[in-house]
Amino acid sequence: MSNKSIMIVGVGGQGTLLASRIIGSVAIDQGYDVKVSEVHGMSQRGGSVVTYVKYGDKVYSPIISEGEADIILAFEELEAYRWLPYLKKDGKLIVNTQNIDPMPVIIGAAKYPENILNKLSSFTNNVFPVDALKYAIKAGNVKAVNVVLIGFMAKYTGIDKESWLKAIMKTVPSKFLEVNKTAFELGYYLEEGYH
Amino acid sequence: MKKLLLGNEAIARGAYEAGVTVVSSYPGTPSTEITEAIAKYDEIYSEWAPNEKVAVEVAIGASIAGARSMSCMKHVGLNVAADPLFTSSYTGVNGGLVLVVADDPGMHSSQNEQDSRHYAKAAKVLMLEPSDSQECKDFTMKAYELSEQFDTPVIIRTSTRVSHSQSLVEISERQNIPLKDYKKDPQKYVMMPGMAKKRHVVVEERMKALQAYAENCEFNRIEWGDKKIGVITSGIAYQYAREALGNVSYLKLGMVHPLPEKLIKDFISQVDKVYVIEELDPVIEEHCKKLGCNVIGKELFPLLGEYSADLIREKVLGIKKENIMEVKEDIPVRPPVLCPGCPHRGMFYVLSKLKLVVSGDIGCYTLCALPPLQSMDTCVCMGASIGGALGMEKARGKEFAKKVVAVIGDSTFIHSGITGLIDIVYNKGISTVIILDNSITGMTGHQPNPTTGFTIKGEPTRQVDLVKLCEAIGVERVKVVDPFELAEFEKTVKEEITAEEPSVIISQRPCALLKHVKFEGPLAVNQDKCTKCKLCMRLGCPAISFKEGNIQIDVTLCNGCGLCLKVCKFSSIEKAGDFHVK
Repeated sequence: MSNKSIMIVGVGGQGTLLASRIIGSVAIDQGYDVKVSEVHGMSQRGGSVVTYVKYGDKVYSPIISEGEADIILAFEELEAYRWLPYLKKDGKLIVNTQNIDPMPVIIGAAKYPENILNKLSSFTNNVFPVDALKYAIKAGNVKAVNVVLIGFMAKYTGIDKESWLKAIMKTVPSKFLEVNKTAFELGYYLEEGYH
Repeated sequence: MKKLLLGNEAIARGAYEAGVTVVSSYPGTPSTEITEAIAKYDEIYSEWAPNEKVAVEVAIGASIAGARSMSCMKHVGLNVAADPLFTSSYTGVNGGLVLVVADDPGMHSSQNEQDSRHYAKAAKVLMLEPSDSQECKDFTMKAYELSEQFDTPVIIRTSTRVSHSQSLVEISERQNIPLKDYKKDPQKYVMMPGMAKKRHVVVEERMKALQAYAENCEFNRIEWGDKKIGVITSGIAYQYAREALGNVSYLKLGMVHPLPEKLIKDFISQVDKVYVIEELDPVIEEHCKKLGCNVIGKELFPLLGEYSADLIREKVLGIKKENIMEVKEDIPVRPPVLCPGCPHRGMFYVLSKLKLVVSGDIGCYTLCALPPLQSMDTCVCMGASIGGALGMEKARGKEFAKKVVAVIGDSTFIHSGITGLIDIVYNKGISTVIILDNSITGMTGHQPNPTTGFTIKGEPTRQVDLVKLCEAIGVERVKVVDPFELAEFEKTVKEEITAEEPSVIISQRPCALLKHVKFEGPLAVNQDKCTKCKLCMRLGCPAISFKEGNIQIDVTLCNGCGLCLKVCKFSSIEKAGDFHVK
């Protein structure tokens, strides 16, 4: 198969790293060549973070270029907007409908763009907003936002649900397993366009 | 069995399988996870050293004593360790000695973009450069054989994208490598002029042997494809080039010092046009040009930053991507910020308020150079804050010195701040130094250090007492203050900067991300009491913002550290109440 490229974008501290590791783990179990590129160090401190997951028969560059992402999993609206140019023409943009002001906005040096979801939809019909925080709370932990989003995304990867659950089991600490399984299920069974 | 590993984890696995028994490092992005992964192996003694120089010295000592040893650092760490590196090239090794240096093209988390390959050339040692995690493991294992075979330290150079990308690695068993015999051998290990002169001869002979080895080694390989285009490349640039250019011909160099000559000439003679694709400096390119070969390099490719498949496709094939969804609107940048609850916030709020000149250093607190705190004037290298403050004082006099403070983290102070402080005392300075004691090495992701009382394995150990240390080197004014006690902190700073003698303020409060640090949960703004004076927003806390005409606290970000509560003059910040979620 041709390589699949998934980008996970968000704000440092939102749990994007764990999300990329779950996706990487699923891809190996399917027998693919896999590369996952992570961000460590300074950007993790509340900065804009992006991780890349690529899988297929043979992956060279661990980095995804503009116009190449099959899926962008955005943990925050502004970050979805920032990384939009990386989406393939027919790629899917899954957006957690959370807004986190960056420091230039907090101090009044810049404005948080308005109506980001509408603007995104003017570029592509494949925008899927998800209020993942709501479902993470429902699952029992605000930090499970990442797994709610993974659950929602899982349907569009062609990889079966059991494989995803297996990967979650392997990746998350056992004491958070139940919460994360619930979070995954909530995300997985969300209808498109439903907040 | 295949596992998905970071390049850094694969290097650790390589060290484990190669039978390494001693590893000493200092943390630094993007190298930190190597030693963290090694610390999980009980068969290997591992440690965080106070700095890279000590770390490499420990590794050298272990090698001379007969063990396979390793030291890992980021690119600028090798500057600190350059002294032992250059002379260990002369002594050579007993047990294999490998240094790992991780460069940071694009400066994801660094203060410069230096190219460590120059060190291999300058120190005359062998350097390998892997391009994915499997190579990270294989090259590490092979590095030990080569180190022992050629009697040389070996440097493995990675870059951020190799260190921090996961790819598949075949895992094997650990080799049982017995300690080599220890023999007293001053001609080899005591480098004073008489002996060193003889060892320099050995070094030059070794370079010739390595040169011959480079022509025909497993690290350098040709992948023939279309011969209209030939690419000479190494490291992560190889991966980008393969993706961008597909089936052209490649000379992939895994050994980047010394570089082969005949192999390169042969390759170039068989292809029409040759591109040298390497991030940062034109090391391979200059080598090719020195050989009289006609190659295209930095006239086409940038000296700055990271490369990508897109960049290479555009430069070599002239293909620019079309149909990109281009956002016309200005998107605000999102620079990293101090975490909610960060102890540095209180301190820098005070320094900002007092409008002091702040001689800065390397750590999370360097972020305080950015708005709104904007209270850092300089940042050069590890430990530079203290010498820098003294230099300012000596240049502009004592009155100026009363407006200057040096700020330095606990780990950075131990790394290379102590000597600066001794300089202040010894040379009759009056500078004020603030040591930010947050009980951990923060920026690199929570490594213990000599001030924390714990080893890399989490075992309790003796703890450096910063107060006693400062007193012992002659600082008579040492104060310990909690940076969240804003009034007291401000008073202390004012007292110490005006004192006509050296002084140290230890700003003591643990990193908010440490597991044992517990806050009482999110706060909220009582809108009835809030006057929207925005004083709380001067703290630069990412949880506090001004939305829909109100000051708001983001419940998912706030941990309830309470600093905003202290600056609010109208008591309008309260506990968030029942909607707080676990």
